[in-house]
Amino acid sequence: MSGVDPVVLNLTVFVLAIFVGYHVVWNVTPALHTPLMAVTNAVSGIIIVGAMLAAGPQQIDVGTVMGLVAVMLAAVNVFGGFLVTKRMLDMFKKKSK
Amino acid sequence: MSANSVALAYLVAAVLFILTLKGLSSPATSRRGNMFGIIGMAIAVLTTLTLTHNWIYILIAIAVGGTIGAIIAQRIQMTAMPELVAAMHSLVGLAAVLVAMSAFNNPVAYGIALPGELLHSSNRIELFIGTFVGAITFTGSIIAFLKLSGKMSGKPLRFAGQHWVNLGLGIVMVGFGVAFFIAPSWTPFLIMTAIALLLGVLLIVPIGGADMPVVISMLNSYSGWAAAGIGFTLNNNMLIIAGSLVGSSGAILSYIMCKAMNRAFLSVILGGFGGGEGAAADSGDGIQKTYRSGSADDAAFLMGNASSVIIVPGYGLAVARAQHAINEMSHLLAEKGVTVRYAIHPVAGRMPGHMNVLLAEAEVPYEQVVEMDEINNEFADTDVVLVIGANDVVNPAAKNDKSSPIYGMPILEAHKARTVLVVKRSMATGYAGLDNDLFYLDKTMMVFGDAKKVVEDIIKSLS
Repeated sequence: MSGVDPVVLNLTVFVLAIFVGYHVVWNVTPALHTPLMAVTNAVSGIIIVGAMLAAGPQQIDVGTVMGLVAVMLAAVNVFGGFLVTKRMLDMFKKKSK
Repeated sequence: MSANSVALAYLVAAVLFILTLKGLSSPATSRRGNMFGIIGMAIAVLTTLTLTHNWIYILIAIAVGGTIGAIIAQRIQMTAMPELVAAMHSLVGLAAVLVAMSAFNNPVAYGIALPGELLHSSNRIELFIGTFVGAITFTGSIIAFLKLSGKMSGKPLRFAGQHWVNLGLGIVMVGFGVAFFIAPSWTPFLIMTAIALLLGVLLIVPIGGADMPVVISMLNSYSGWAAAGIGFTLNNNMLIIAGSLVGSSGAILSYIMCKAMNRAFLSVILGGFGGGEGAAADSGDGIQKTYRSGSADDAAFLMGNASSVIIVPGYGLAVARAQHAINEMSHLLAEKGVTVRYAIHPVAGRMPGHMNVLLAEAEVPYEQVVEMDEINNEFADTDVVLVIGANDVVNPAAKNDKSSPIYGMPILEAHKARTVLVVKRSMATGYAGLDNDLFYLDKTMMVFGDAKKVVEDIIKSLS
């Protein structure tokens, strides 16, 4: 296996993740499709990982500055997404009383 | 941290993200699911932090962005969720473009090129894909945001040869992508990015307001693919897995929305449907159709004496801010021994599941809120259907009239109930600009007026 190109490994992970996503998302109740979009918005904030790596190198240059801007943008998504999802889901809780 | 520990921490985070989506299979488990997502994200961020040098600056950037996000999340109105989601998609798109540019600026730092060498050839393709998907997501979402928030007309903006222009631009963009592949440099990269940004605008402007639920789901999907694309570039499984989950989720939602409107995905993308509310109710056949109208008191009397009532809410209900009033009305009816339920069409709001959230906000118990497929068989046994702020989703032409533009669209079969009450401001047509035969049935009674005012009058009459 040592000779396998990282592209192939990435592709393997990619295809399997799509399958998992496909099956999990079909089980989401339609009533929660808006919270689903809000939470996937937060999850797509995972780009923050790429942004942090871009901002990471010791030597500060235009690339690290772009990385920091990207970190900030993605953080808006992560915090905003999870919190607004929580706000919505709490509404669904209140009513079942 | 060693590369292996990082990869294992990412694996834990990825599993937590899957559990997040799994939690949404029912309202009871959903809050725990959201908590899993927060933990997963925290693990991913903290793990990545150990790989960086400028962690102070990074934490400051997170604090700034996080504060902005938290404030928006607290203040946003539930009716404005579609705009918020569109705006957030654009941020992911822009972040993806910035990361791609940064990666190209210093590929050695990412381990995707050796010092003094050019970017690996496979990474060039991935960088190209990640960048253009990110760029299209960025500008496309801005246009969607402007349309949804009413800062730009929801009317489709079209010009002759539009599709050819887009196709041409797409080909030129791929051309520069190939040039970048052969000899990576900033010039083809930036031109290709600029074209992708322009394409994002051009792809969304021709799409009309009625198709926005599809567009917003589609951009949701794109934002995920953009993150996955960057993951390929950086050989980062965390980004690939999380991006793919989001990408497939958005794709499924787009499919569900298209099906709910009986629209082919391709024709939505090509655009031009739904220019907003039509003015006249003239069906064009020249025959003056008659309808019956009544007062809120009449409506209250009919519902008060019924044994079962189904409420069909549409976006007009939310526009009139009548959700709380309708919940109060349901309580009064329930006290009189009337079974009240709400029937939700998948496109009742401006985004998938929007109406459910709007009703939840008004504290309507979710057990009373039933999806179209589950409730359609029960209209025939229902005494009164109250259609409020909805139109096209109860138009029987979608079932009966092969010449209708909405023929084949699944509808709520309100016309099968014993009595139909329709609350509307006037006889004006809905999004699709079509007349609705439901309004002219003998068993239908129109109640004209603002939805909130009418419901409040019904409440007065009931109590």
